[in-house]
Amino acid sequence: MFADAFGWLVDPVNWSGGKSIPVRVGIHLLYCLGAVLGAALIAVPLGLYVGHTGRGGVVLVGGSNALRALPTLGLVTFLYLVAGGGTTGVLIGLVVLAVPPILAGAYAGIQDVDRGVVDAASGMGMTGAQRLWRVEVPNALPLLVGGLRNAMLQVVATASVAAYVGIETLGRPLLDGLRVLDYGQFVGGAILIALLAVVLDVVLAGLGRLVVPAGLRLSAKARRAGSPKARSGGSQSRRRGEPAPVESGGSTA
Amino acid sequence: MLLDHVYLSLVPLVVSVALAIVLGLLCHRFRQVNAALIGISNIVYTIPSLALFAIIPAVIGTQVLDPVNVILALTVYTTALLVRPVAEALAAVPAHVTAAATAMGFRPLRRFLTVELPLAVPVLAAGVRVGSVSNISLVSVGALIGTGGLGTLFTDGFRQRYLAPIIIGIVLTLVLALVVDLLLVLLRNRLTPWVRAGGAP
Repeated sequence: MFADAFGWLVDPVNWSGGKSIPVRVGIHLLYCLGAVLGAALIAVPLGLYVGHTGRGGVVLVGGSNALRALPTLGLVTFLYLVAGGGTTGVLIGLVVLAVPPILAGAYAGIQDVDRGVVDAASGMGMTGAQRLWRVEVPNALPLLVGGLRNAMLQVVATASVAAYVGIETLGRPLLDGLRVLDYGQFVGGAILIALLAVVLDVVLAGLGRLVVPAGLRLSAKARRAGSPKARSGGSQSRRRGEPAPVESGGSTA
Repeated sequence: MLLDHVYLSLVPLVVSVALAIVLGLLCHRFRQVNAALIGISNIVYTIPSLALFAIIPAVIGTQVLDPVNVILALTVYTTALLVRPVAEALAAVPAHVTAAATAMGFRPLRRFLTVELPLAVPVLAAGVRVGSVSNISLVSVGALIGTGGLGTLFTDGFRQRYLAPIIIGIVLTLVLALVVDLLLVLLRNRLTPWVRAGGAP
């Protein structure tokens, strides 16, 4: 089966024309970037606001759990039929999928900032906005980036569903391969999606390293070197009934 | 169809809770296992489920359309999701609690089952809730490879250009997720009476 997949992957026929592998990778990528960007525009400000003010946390967690339960395939087929076309429906479906993990990352990131640090910032006379941008957001960046990575993984995986409503994503070889029982194409498409997911995850992890302040990396390193108890104490403070961002990687469709 | 959906989403959940407890215990006891398993579970998330549905039959030799593939794929995901919270929850049990249990003569297995594991339930329950919700919404993707569940309503509705089945499918999925979540919360409350009593571990 994997030999068939390799055969499909290296077949020159699949590398040229309007339905070639590069074109599909490009379309897949565009949908993923668009969806994560759109979701970030909605979820990051909302998560920061709720985390900063502490208002509406219950509604936020409940709402984003309800979003998680929305089946993407149902949403995409529904929106496709309502809008009478592919692009908008698919994009909205993917944005809805990407919002909960980003929201969880932003909210938990702010919530997870050491109370002592926040109090110190207030004590130094920082205004609410100063505290948010200069203390809370930089400290929240690791979890925020974690949320973005989770969202990207889910969207890359789920964009294959878009092929069902006729978008030329990498889901196409999966569905075509399945229909005509061409396992090489089927598994080949699967391998391409997994590869794309790995590459995007590595890129986002790299971006994360660039934006996370050096001091925070140092302190994380120090904590890793320290006792395991100190580490688990930190993650414990985040749990107030809502799932931590680590647990939000849930649905890779 | 609804029963198929319940079966396909809850079997993996139950199996992976059991697996995650065993693996989480191993992570907690052995540091090397911890590093390895966390790495593996991160990699698991880079594999899309539709792809996993495809690769599982190649690896274990089942038919492509066998529902077992969906169950196995979801079990792999949910276990990967739960291992970390279990390990973290076990690590978070205060040392004086385990020391007290040991001093009372509890052997490691009994101490684990009656002291450490119950104290890990709140964190485990949070993970299981996320796992159940995402399983329930994920099972519908299985309809694309022809395994039952409510996803069939989406593919049928789409083929016939008819909204009603799709809406019914979405609503049923949401209701199912809500009911299962409520049951999980009830179960968690039953298992952790000390939380309501206001006592800290």
